[in-house]
Amino acid sequence: MLEFRKDLFADERDDNLNVIGKGEQRQDMLGHVTGRTRFFDDHGFDGLLHLKVVRSPHHHARIRSIDVTAAERAPGVKRVIRGQDVPLNKNTLLSLIDFGKDDEPTLAVDKVRYKGEPIVAIIADSEAEALAAVKLVRVSYDPLPTVFDVQEALKPGAVVVNETYPGNYFEYHDKYDHQKLRFGDVEAAFRTADHVIEERYQMSPIEHASTETNGTIAAPETNNRYVVHSCAQGLFFSLGTTAKILALESNRLHFIGGTVGGGFGGKVDSLTEPLAVLGAILTGRPVRYVLGREEEMQFASPRGAERHVIKDGVMRDGRIVARQITSYFDAGAYTRLTSYGVVKCVAHMPGPYTIPNVRGDAYCVFTNRVPATAMRGFGVTGVDFSIEVQMDKLAHLVGIDPMEFRILNAYRDGDMKAHRRVAHNTALIECVQVVAQKVNWPLSETARRASSLSGGGGPRAAIPPTVTDESGRIGRPETRQAPPQLTPGAAPLPAHQPRPVVPVYQPPPAHQPAAALPNYPAQPADAAPLPAPAPPVPNAPAPPQHGAARFSSVFTRRR
Amino acid sequence: MARHQGRGMASINYPIGMNLGGDPSQALVHANPDGKFTVALSAIDLGQGMKQVSRQIAAETLGVPIEDVYVDTADSDTGPHDMGSFASRGTHRVGNAVIVAAKEARGVLLEAAAEELEVNADDLVTDGKGNIHVRGAASKSITVKAASQAAQFKQGKTISGRGIFLIPLSTVNPETGEMSPVTAYAHACLVVDLEVCDETGDVKVNKLTSAYELGRALNPKMVEQQLVGGAWMGMSHALYETPEPYYPNPEHGGRDYNEYLMPGPGDIAPHDITVLERPAPDGPFGGKGPGEMCANPVLPAVANAIFNAIGVRIDTLPITPEKILRALKAQGGARPQVRRA
Repeated sequence: MLEFRKDLFADERDDNLNVIGKGEQRQDMLGHVTGRTRFFDDHGFDGLLHLKVVRSPHHHARIRSIDVTAAERAPGVKRVIRGQDVPLNKNTLLSLIDFGKDDEPTLAVDKVRYKGEPIVAIIADSEAEALAAVKLVRVSYDPLPTVFDVQEALKPGAVVVNETYPGNYFEYHDKYDHQKLRFGDVEAAFRTADHVIEERYQMSPIEHASTETNGTIAAPETNNRYVVHSCAQGLFFSLGTTAKILALESNRLHFIGGTVGGGFGGKVDSLTEPLAVLGAILTGRPVRYVLGREEEMQFASPRGAERHVIKDGVMRDGRIVARQITSYFDAGAYTRLTSYGVVKCVAHMPGPYTIPNVRGDAYCVFTNRVPATAMRGFGVTGVDFSIEVQMDKLAHLVGIDPMEFRILNAYRDGDMKAHRRVAHNTALIECVQVVAQKVNWPLSETARRASSLSGGGGPRAAIPPTVTDESGRIGRPETRQAPPQLTPGAAPLPAHQPRPVVPVYQPPPAHQPAAALPNYPAQPADAAPLPAPAPPVPNAPAPPQHGAARFSSVFTRRR
Repeated sequence: MARHQGRGMASINYPIGMNLGGDPSQALVHANPDGKFTVALSAIDLGQGMKQVSRQIAAETLGVPIEDVYVDTADSDTGPHDMGSFASRGTHRVGNAVIVAAKEARGVLLEAAAEELEVNADDLVTDGKGNIHVRGAASKSITVKAASQAAQFKQGKTISGRGIFLIPLSTVNPETGEMSPVTAYAHACLVVDLEVCDETGDVKVNKLTSAYELGRALNPKMVEQQLVGGAWMGMSHALYETPEPYYPNPEHGGRDYNEYLMPGPGDIAPHDITVLERPAPDGPFGGKGPGEMCANPVLPAVANAIFNAIGVRIDTLPITPEKILRALKAQGGARPQVRRA
């Protein structure tokens, strides 16, 4: 069921339009519902060959030798491709926007860095023959120690996953092992806060699980070009990636796609295009490379795991005065897009709330797992989960209704965001109010009258004096801030710790006057000016965790 | 042994377009001699409705009926460059490129009509039904078809247009994180009503109630499809799916849809949606993009509702029955919190 609230923001819209705003049927709907729409795999070619890859059974191993002689002699096999056959066997996806270093081979040569990493490609007359020949490839491995936990991977002396980034972290600005966000002085604000709590959140990887698996059909055209039927979410992105890896001019590739059976971020990595085109080049025949369901689920890039540790300072009246977020993005063995997701996450901190002191530290960490990639809500879904559960805990802690608490701290037009841009076109408050009304969630008069259009700006538009630091220089892990004290356990995850019950805020009945509710000011910015920040001391030890004592007086700390 | 009712909420915002910009989209629009238009793109339709939303934006801008516009995508030989369908950028970036291209084509169409009608092109308007007429004088008119035929066969004009939209790439300050991530944000608030069984740890989501602010719902049916499907995905993320159920242990990944758990038809909860529209100043007709953000509020709202039901916090996703049972055991049983409304 879907309804509109056309009364809200009506003066900002012209609703007298012909086609916009109408629920017109899609031009492609008839094809979809009758099964006639053509996806990449619906293009038949005479003499079509099939490509399958040999994948590493180890999470981390040195490759001692690769013997393909039996596979080459197997029935139906037309060609075996190895790393040395790939013109540029090292790439990073975002090199197309000049971000990051080439770190990932199309086919592994000296080492495998995750279970399922492709090593050899077999092209045969049929899928069955290709799969049979895959089993005949003999790869000799020296297994290496592995690292699967992001905080373990960041420790000095940890197993090196990806030699391009020897500290197991993506390097930002050629200077730091993470991306920073600094706005105000969280340490000073924690000292003034009535409560400080620190909590840890973990999102596990997630598979895109599109109906259509990743795949490509590539075929020689008659004009020294190759036609490529692709499932890519970015047609020219995939074309550019393929051209780079195969050292081809871009106009020798003719990509056709645009109708894709679900993506959700899982078809941005060009997992199949380069090898399919290389196969077509090497055999002169059309080549189809499609991941099976198990390959897709196990070895195609998932949404990466994220760990967020959030430390907040909050006042008794509900104002959040400081928020510190330390984020670890598990990139798996190669960068792909995680480096980008980390920066997007930093831009999203501290969520849709106006908080006068914010500190963020976000790491893109390499581990021995399948490389992660984008997925719906990339860089935001995990931190939103963390922030919004944290908001619920904070509301509970100070005894304020969770919706009131959101509205109290919500960003409004004119507020300064932590990345130092003024908010405009905001509508968080109205969304909360509309839902409250729908579910008969009682809100105070103050909360009901709050608006994104007013109460922002002014002192809330100020950029506070900000403490900066040089923590986390590349190659200097000892300069990092002390990591949060929560250490991850080996799997399975430890049982959840109980918490003492704290007094619960009692919402008023729906028609009770608002007097019982906290009467907070319209502008909840931190009123007291912060003390001038002390100059940063390079390589100083991490400051003490001022909030811990206060926190423990309210909650017991989670280990 | 009891099933405990719980209600939880979350509110979120979401950035529209690639972080830091630098992600152009292009569009080409042209008419055939009968005044039927083709929009050529290289944008990708993943099922989200890229073709249809581009078609509606083109038809609105051109001032012609929707059935007179088709979108052709994606062929790298005919469709101009587009960064891709991700980062909630399709509607915002491609839509703006389509508007630029369609405006140029409309300009030529009106010039051709003006020449036929012997009036000033500035005085002409379209009725959205295939006609062009002088503003305030509906009888002084010409069809789009006749104007297009005249343009091509009499006047030698091409009714076509080129469009590009780019928010130039910006940088990030290494020390402070100062940056210009995006120009528009969508918003949402969502309430989940669910029940938790303290014997099995099973969570049953009974209802979702939401408000999504999307700039403008360019096609409400497609918006509904996105929001319903996205909220389902949020439910799945919250309660069911992961290839690594004991992360960071990398084992136990599902190999197919039988082993990789997601909510089935019997698990789907009714979703009562309200759409708010605060137009993005630089969005196509104010549009933002509902595609990604719709899943996000569901995850924390589910976790918060579980706390409301049984008094335990599960801070690791997904919230499986195993985690709930372990937490209940550690707590010594369910401690239902105050019911809300």
